[in-house]
Amino acid sequence: MRERSNDQWLADLRGPGKEAALADLRGLLVRGLRAALHGRAGGVAPSVEDFVQEALLRILNNLDSFRGESRFTVWAQKICVRAAFAEMRRSRWRDVSLEEVIDRQGEGAVAPADLVMDPARATAQEMFLADFRRFIDEDLTEKQRLALLAALGGMPLEAIAERMDTNRNALYKLLYDARKRLKRRMEAEKLSPEDVLGAFA
Amino acid sequence: MYQGKGPAIDEGIFIAVMREIAETRERGEIGCEECFEEVDRFIAMELSGLDTAEAMPLVREHLHMCGECREEFEALLAALRATGEA
Repeated sequence: MRERSNDQWLADLRGPGKEAALADLRGLLVRGLRAALHGRAGGVAPSVEDFVQEALLRILNNLDSFRGESRFTVWAQKICVRAAFAEMRRSRWRDVSLEEVIDRQGEGAVAPADLVMDPARATAQEMFLADFRRFIDEDLTEKQRLALLAALGGMPLEAIAERMDTNRNALYKLLYDARKRLKRRMEAEKLSPEDVLGAFA
Repeated sequence: MYQGKGPAIDEGIFIAVMREIAETRERGEIGCEECFEEVDRFIAMELSGLDTAEAMPLVREHLHMCGECREEFEALLAALRATGEA
């Protein structure tokens, strides 16, 4: 691959050198993405070439947004990796509804009292769990409650966002607000997260 | 014990979210988009040996709090190493 400065990449991708620059960039993205996905397929057979093709289109459509604060190739790989991971998460959770994720939570739960431990400690743990679940119901909006329970059930933000007609960024902020509300409620109840965690250590 | 409107919460999940709550600050967290915008600059600074904790604390904090952005960040580092850029 020919070495290029950031300006040369931009000029080539916009000008007569486009085909050669695209071929170089495609090769680089394929090598990078193969390494990025190594051991992470998780049951999905990702097509590196397809992801890269999709990423190249995005990169070409967004050349104007490259601010030159990093190497062009780092910026391009950032776009490629994110697009691939977002698509893999979406496809892995394609057939799972929000309700399913929320409802099946707790199915695998082992009540602390079932374990061999000091009964007083088990009771304290059980109370913390019940209190916290009650705070979720009482202090969060319906959207925050759904999003938090789905996220706690392991559903990725992209998949939750899709089902709630929003996007990952807005959903992260919704969950951040939910965490703040829960933290405030715990403070009002004189419960510190550190002490609660101590009870489970 | 819990008689509310949803399923009970299991212990492992509870501990994970409690850790997040312990680290939640009242102001100043950025979202996934802002992190994405800045992460290549963040990597460039790290590779130059600059102190990102001081220069870009919000990106660093977001990567700590957001599992998905962290996963992508680690994957991006693997990609950059494979292509000789890190």
